[in-house]
This record gives sequence, structure tokens and C-alpha cells, in this order.
Amino acid sequence: MKIDGKKAIWKDYQKEIAEDKFYYVRSCVRQNFFPGSETAFLRIMRDILKKDVFEHPCHTTCTGIGYHSDIVPVETTMTVVARQFALMTESGYENLMPSCITSFGLYTEILDTWHHFPEVEEKIRKQLRKATGREFKSPKNLAHASDVIYKFRKEISAKAKYKLVNKNTGEPLKVVDHIGCHYAKMFPSKGVGGAEYPYVLAGMVEEWGGQVIDYPERRHCCGFGFRQYLVQANRGFSIACSKEKFESMKPFKPDMIITNCPGCPMFLDRWQYVINEMEGKTYGADGEGIPVFTYEEVAGLMLGFDPWDLGLQMHQTDCEPVLEKIGIEYDPAAKYVINGVNTKTNAKAYLTVN
Amino acid sequence: MERFGFAISKGRQIDYDANSRHIAGYISEREPSFRVCIECGCCAATCTTGNFTSFSLRELHILLKRGENESVRENIKKCMLCGKCTLVCPRGVNTRNVVTLARQAFQKFPADAV
Repeated sequence: MKIDGKKAIWKDYQKEIAEDKFYYVRSCVRQNFFPGSETAFLRIMRDILKKDVFEHPCHTTCTGIGYHSDIVPVETTMTVVARQFALMTESGYENLMPSCITSFGLYTEILDTWHHFPEVEEKIRKQLRKATGREFKSPKNLAHASDVIYKFRKEISAKAKYKLVNKNTGEPLKVVDHIGCHYAKMFPSKGVGGAEYPYVLAGMVEEWGGQVIDYPERRHCCGFGFRQYLVQANRGFSIACSKEKFESMKPFKPDMIITNCPGCPMFLDRWQYVINEMEGKTYGADGEGIPVFTYEEVAGLMLGFDPWDLGLQMHQTDCEPVLEKIGIEYDPAAKYVINGVNTKTNAKAYLTVN
Repeated sequence: MERFGFAISKGRQIDYDANSRHIAGYISEREPSFRVCIECGCCAATCTTGNFTSFSLRELHILLKRGENESVRENIKKCMLCGKCTLVCPRGVNTRNVVTLARQAFQKFPADAV
């Protein structure tokens, strides 16, 4: 890996990331996939970094999944997004911070469209006014939540309890960074490091003590790809993408994968199980899978959050090997315990009580 | 596999690390003009065999260079060695010799033909 050359290139792609007063918009699917991540993010931002982060209860989907699946027309998408901007304006915030990579890509795309075609923006303003009576200002700063964690990676490192280092050998953990396609592949100048050498996750990993792996299929899609996945019969294409990545990263013996998109951790995590069921193949050391994390989970682990508060029990590929390597203190017996009830062995009792 | 309702699609990526380009190397060494082919397709356009079957010398050139030798092994036998392709080639590639050498190579190194 030619570090010097890559560092020189990504320096050309720096973006402005706001300092404080963020308007946070959640992802539609993350709450189902890895529900602890967004909660951990807000905890880090508000309690650890002492930032002002506001969430509006009336926020809705950006329609990104419908848009990229050719179900929702672009004008409808733009009007829905304009409504999100209106909610932000009404709340007195200017720095938009989406949790989802596709939302981030979609907001970027819409703002760019309006920049080049002001008449479209005017039309959308008119439609929004007619439908809801709202007015909006475009965001002053648009940064994905991972950009913000990247910006404050040093502050997190200073307060961290753990490092991405193997406690037994003292060696840095080998980490695969996987960036969501809609982060910088559509608008390279809007991502830290551009499309070829995005540094947003690599910067976090390096700051927190890990070693980033550069493998041939590093920039390959995880396989989410909306239309590949939504129709069951097409899922063979989706899983083939993930498999391509796993085959490519396996020789480098990664300890873990870190991602910044709602779909990528889901598919890289779940498809490992499916590939194992279908073909009996695993890609980690000792016949295990490669644990997949979101960047919020990794940041939370570094800061000493309880793994089960971060929702690591929701991962299909077990995360415990990484916890053991880093030396994170956790209670294995508490993995599925909620309010004193073991939800795995006694799901009926849990459902009755709750 | 049935319970998932789908299977893992086979990748169609050209894997240069896994493919053997030994056959292409064998041809280039003995017929250096093989290297200057620009895959324009004049050879395929003039080919009598190609007129009546799915044979395409242009396609075979590309596949050989990629190391995707499996389909070339059977297809290259269709060539009648008439040499019309050699006459029309704008780059002066001795295409007839390329075909002859490819056939030789497939016989000599059957393991690389996969």
C-alpha cells in the first residue's frame, strides 16, 4: 500500500464539516438492522462531545430506497426532502447531519440539481407551499454523521478506554473499512478523501490504533443495491457482490470490518451466515466469520460503552472474538438479557411482561 | 439452499490473478504481431467460418489475452486456415499463425486450457 501517494490525493478532497448545532435525521432501516447505533451516536455527541444535536419528531423517510428502486418519482422525492429542510428551518438549525448514506447522497444530489436548475427548486418550493404551507432554507452545511465522528475522532481517542489493538500481542487490529457507495461515488468532492481514497473510516481506524487493510475489492459494493435485494429471486446478485469482497479480503486475515452505511453492515454481516449455510465457507480466522461493525459501535466500544447497550447482540456474525482481542470487559451471560429476562431462552416470558 | 429462495450468482468479473495467460504468452513469443492486434474485428468480418457459424477470431483473441481459455480450445478448431483474415488485417497480424500456435499450445499445455 503506497501510503504517501494516497495521502497526497485525499488531501485534495477535504470538506467542510460543521462544529456544532446539528440537525440529525435518522435512517429508515437502521433502527431495524442495528438499533443501538444511532442511540450510541447521540450519546457520544451529546454526553461525550457535548454537542447540540436536535431531532425532529415529524421527520419522515427521504424516500431514497423508493427513489433508487424506481418506485418514487424524483419530483415527489424532492418535495419530501424539501419538507425535511422546512422542518430544519422551523427548528432554527442549519447544519444537516443524516445518519443514512443514501439520504446523504440523495440530499447532495438534490442540492446539486437545484444549484444547476434553479427553476426546479422554484417548482418544488411551490409544490411544498401548496401541499403543506411550509417554506425552507437549504442547509448551510451538509455532513454525514460519519464525517462528524471523523472530525471529532481525536477527541474520542483522547477519552477512549480501549484501542483497536490486540491486547495479547500488542499488534494493531487489521480492519477492513467499507464505505457506502452513495457517500462519495456520486459526488466525490462531497466526501472526505473523494471516491477513490475515502478517508472517513480509515482516519477513525488509524486514530484509534488499528491498521487499515488495502485489498483488491476495497471499493466494491456490499451488494445491498436496492433492486438487487428487494426482489427475492434477484438476491443471488446481491450475495455474489458480498462474496466477491470476502474472497478478496480473506488472504489479508482481517480481524473486523467497519462500515458507515445502513445497508453495508447488514449485508456483510448476514450474508456471511447465508454463504456458510449454502456453501459451508467462512472467511475469518479459525473457521469463524469476520465481525462487522458500524462506526458508532466501534466508537462506543473505544469509549467503554457496554457491548450489549450498543446492540452487538443483533449481529448474526458473533462480535465476541473482537471484544476478546481488544480486552473489552463484558458479561457473556447478559447478551440477551433485557430487564432481567433472557429473551433468547425465555422469549415467551419477555413478550408476556412487555 | 431451497429455503432461501435464491442461489449465489456466479461472478462475471475477469480474474487476472486466477486466469492463466500462459497460452497467450506462448503465442506472443512465437508470433509477436499477436501483441499489436487492436480487436477491430476485420478478421471476423471477412471470415467464411464466421459467416456460417458463431466463430469469431476477434472474440478468441480477446479471450486468449484475458486467459479465458476454456471456450477458445474448442472454438479455435473451427478455423479452416484459409488466411483471408491475414489479408485484411490493418495491423499486419499474422492471424493464421496465431490460430496454428494456439492449437499447438492447447495440445502442449492441456492444463492451461481450463
